[in-house]
Amino acid sequence: MYNFEFAKAKTIGDAVKALASDDAQALGGGQTLLPTMKQRLAAPTVLVSLNAIPEMIGVCVNDAGEVCIGGATTHAAVAREVAAHYPALAALASHIGDPAVRNRGTIGGSLANNDPSACYPAAVLGSGATVKTNARDIAADDYFLGMFTTALEQGEIITEVRFPVPHKANYQKFVQPASRFALVGVYVAQYAGGVRVAVTGAASDGVFRWAEAEAALSGDFAAGALDALAVPGNDMITDLHGSADYRAHLVKVMTKRAVAAAH
Amino acid sequence: MPKDTGIGARSKRREDVRFLTGRGAYTDDLAMQGQVHAVMVRSTVAHGRIVSIDTSAAAAMPGVLAIFTGEDFVAVGGNPAGWLINSRDGTPMREPKRPVLAHGKVRHVGDAYAAVIAETHEQARDAAEAVAAGTEIEELPAIVDMAAAVANAGNRVHDEIPDNLCFDWGWIEDNRAAVDAAMKAAPHVTTLELVNNRLVPNAMEPRASIGEYNPGTGDYKLTTTSQNPHLTKLLVCAFVLGIPEHKLTVVAPDVGGGFGSKIYHYGEEALVLAAAKKLGRPVRWTADRTESFLTDAHGRDHVTTIEVGATLDGEILAIRTNTLANVGAYLSNFSTATPTFLHGTLMAGPYKVPHVYVNLKAVFTNTAPVDAYRGAGRPEATYSLERAIDKMARELKLDPVAVRRKNLLKPDQFPYTTPVGLVYDIGDYHATLDKALEMADLAGFEARAAKSRAAGKLRGVGLSTWIEACGIAPSHLVGQLGSRVGLYDAATVRVSATGTIQVMTGAHSHGQGHETVFAQVVADKLGVAESAVEIVHGDTSKIPFGMGSYGSRSLAVCGSAMDRALDKIIDKGKKIAAHMLEAAEGDITFENGSFSVAGTDKAKSFGEIAFSAYVPHNYPLETLEPGLEETAFYDPNNFTYPAGAYLCEVEVDPDTGKVTICSFTCADDFGNVMNPMVVEGQVHGGVAQGIGQALVEHTAYDENGQLLTASYMDYTMPRADDLPFYQVDHSCATPCTHNPLGVKGCGEAGAIGSPPAVVNAVIDALHRGGMTQVSHIDMPLTPARVWAAMQA
Repeated sequence: MYNFEFAKAKTIGDAVKALASDDAQALGGGQTLLPTMKQRLAAPTVLVSLNAIPEMIGVCVNDAGEVCIGGATTHAAVAREVAAHYPALAALASHIGDPAVRNRGTIGGSLANNDPSACYPAAVLGSGATVKTNARDIAADDYFLGMFTTALEQGEIITEVRFPVPHKANYQKFVQPASRFALVGVYVAQYAGGVRVAVTGAASDGVFRWAEAEAALSGDFAAGALDALAVPGNDMITDLHGSADYRAHLVKVMTKRAVAAAH
Repeated sequence: MPKDTGIGARSKRREDVRFLTGRGAYTDDLAMQGQVHAVMVRSTVAHGRIVSIDTSAAAAMPGVLAIFTGEDFVAVGGNPAGWLINSRDGTPMREPKRPVLAHGKVRHVGDAYAAVIAETHEQARDAAEAVAAGTEIEELPAIVDMAAAVANAGNRVHDEIPDNLCFDWGWIEDNRAAVDAAMKAAPHVTTLELVNNRLVPNAMEPRASIGEYNPGTGDYKLTTTSQNPHLTKLLVCAFVLGIPEHKLTVVAPDVGGGFGSKIYHYGEEALVLAAAKKLGRPVRWTADRTESFLTDAHGRDHVTTIEVGATLDGEILAIRTNTLANVGAYLSNFSTATPTFLHGTLMAGPYKVPHVYVNLKAVFTNTAPVDAYRGAGRPEATYSLERAIDKMARELKLDPVAVRRKNLLKPDQFPYTTPVGLVYDIGDYHATLDKALEMADLAGFEARAAKSRAAGKLRGVGLSTWIEACGIAPSHLVGQLGSRVGLYDAATVRVSATGTIQVMTGAHSHGQGHETVFAQVVADKLGVAESAVEIVHGDTSKIPFGMGSYGSRSLAVCGSAMDRALDKIIDKGKKIAAHMLEAAEGDITFENGSFSVAGTDKAKSFGEIAFSAYVPHNYPLETLEPGLEETAFYDPNNFTYPAGAYLCEVEVDPDTGKVTICSFTCADDFGNVMNPMVVEGQVHGGVAQGIGQALVEHTAYDENGQLLTASYMDYTMPRADDLPFYQVDHSCATPCTHNPLGVKGCGEAGAIGSPPAVVNAVIDALHRGGMTQVSHIDMPLTPARVWAAMQA
């Protein structure tokens, strides 16, 4: 790790100001950033911690019935505090990494990083959630722009994520054996307006919606409705842990399991 | 009734008090007055010619004290291979120099070509980056694939070795014609090509070394993460740096696991000593996890074709193997012994096989050196054999259990001379097989399989009947076979005036529990409390000599040396007692800590004798020296031969290819067991590593020689939820016939016996599920690989 300055913001305004300087980098839970810095692969001059901003921490339910999660809320807190309101989302949070990761990692940090194998992007896209920043609201469908790429501008901070609560939902993760990130993770959520299916881990462009499955499940929310469908392997990742074809196959398997397990 | 102390008791591991409460003292924990820090500058390319190294910018950086390059070590020796192997044609193996720092060429990613010493670690690291920036390396094509390495005479890891071949070994060459004939005549021949996957050892504690030099006395001290400090001392002194042996002390304090990787001497150890001498200050180095992945000696990495000739009812007539074994870029200390005399000699397994021939070519590649890793050669032999026999049974439509019963040696056939040069002294392989089948309830398998089927899963069961050779010996034999060291061990037993006991042993404990188990043996033998015994290890200034711990040798060899020294203590005690009790020495018996005159109630306790030895007021001074301290060296007559039967039951998810281990049963014969709890722990750990190899662990280099699995993001270690609860048993014991404790060794068994049981179980599950086209899947059996095999 190279030397850096450390700024601990107390308000969103302070954080935005601190992030305006050149080579400043926002620090969420640091679960990706800090290992990268230790390897000397990242060298920000200023690290701006978002973890002590009270208005960015915690869970509530707003008047519209949406579950609102502060951007600096840890996975462990989501697992605990969201369980009563949106069990599928809480279950997803409770299986990210290990206890140490869950007690440091934050939802805002995960979404800002947009690792193609992370779990939260599937929940956000699968729920049609809204990513609220210091500057604007971004719909999930407009937020994820590819591997490690998002709609966030330089210095923009995720302050909250708002999840509409579905009738039924479930997340199925088939883990990459070493990292235990998602080799393929599928989030299925059934809303009054239709079913959303979001897939993480599989595609080289990161999280995506499986439109054919959504259409089939919106007509008939049963695993059997997917029988005739197949995901093409073209845009899937091939690496040490699985071929594109394997990942494409797993997308269907995990989607069926998520539908069967949704409640 | 189980004993609560001494031999056979489940004494709790005394060392765990300090380990579990954070009071262990590992090399990196030890702060030295005036210490400075070394950082190695490592190659980022697999193969390259060093054009120039400009250290001037780095030398001018803050805190930088010294910079070393390969040039600084040209005049000193190389780190040698410990075993000379001759090729089939009688020519000696090719043995390129392994320098302290690479000179002229770099030969694998992570190969250190320079080192920076600075006041702080951060300063050294900054300067190391500057050295790298000032270095020009002309990248050469990487040699990664073994077959290509041997075929391509133009591209050479070592310029003087045209075909990248270290040796082409035949074992036993005289068997070859008879094996070929038997194979040709065999009614059935099963052929199997398989890969024994390369593994990264992943000791919890990374390698670390501290060098010290005292300009006032000329004494050196090396504190290092070693499984055998005496060997490191010998190598540093006699081969690499030329330090007189009496001027170097090597200390291996608490060491957090090794699994073989810390047997060897590494260049960083010589570097910190040379730097300490140059600077007159302690120089320390600790590997980070990336360096551990890149530079710890890896394990396994064989590509083998095995043929088994058999009758149609499954009697094995002949076995023939052809193997390419990767030795990596340089010869690590045991790298030539591991694939040969620890592998080829085991190729008859626990079976009565008339004809066996092994051909093995050791190949240089631009990858990290490969050497002994838990099991070392024997897992490779066992895997080839147990997979091939399973395949043979399947091809002949025979029950794999029955095929093994047909071929396993019978208890009345010992001692048994194998066609590959070993003499098995004793065993009962049928007993362990029966025991494993009973424990695993094989009779109930079909009912469990039906339940799995109902849940959409495929259930299978796999067997492995394994044998290994531990406690490598005797010295005169291994010397004939090319070993450059003796393979005996030593112990000193020091009794104090108050009757407490220190044992200085040549074994080194880096997780095994010697401090507890050796004390149990001493307590039992001398009739004293375990708490009165202290085991001292890992310091060449305190211990007479030793060859360290590896190859499941600690108790069988070092423990036997200790036992011999205890005999000498008892003999001397009898002399003292005879004098004190005014009896003839021959009338003195020693039992339960008491020396007594046979047939009388006259007796002296062990404590009284010890006191008398040091306060010799009433003592036979004219014929006996005072004091009570004895040393013994022990050179075994033979290897020991633990054996057993492992049964693994798995479920395969046909939708994803994921394998879940439902149960794992081990029936082992380790001979006499000193502490059942410690033995069970060793088996648990070994099986975990074997399951790791079978299902998850994978070391992958790309075609440029870059290690793709260089962190835990891509290298999978087995975790608790990958593993079942084990059923282990060691009741079918046949005590070793040639060492005083009747022990055989248990450290490697689990890692040797388990991989084929797991793979056999998965293949069985697929066949039962109708996928009879799948005859083999190479390890690790990841979900992706199993699924791909199912699609074929």
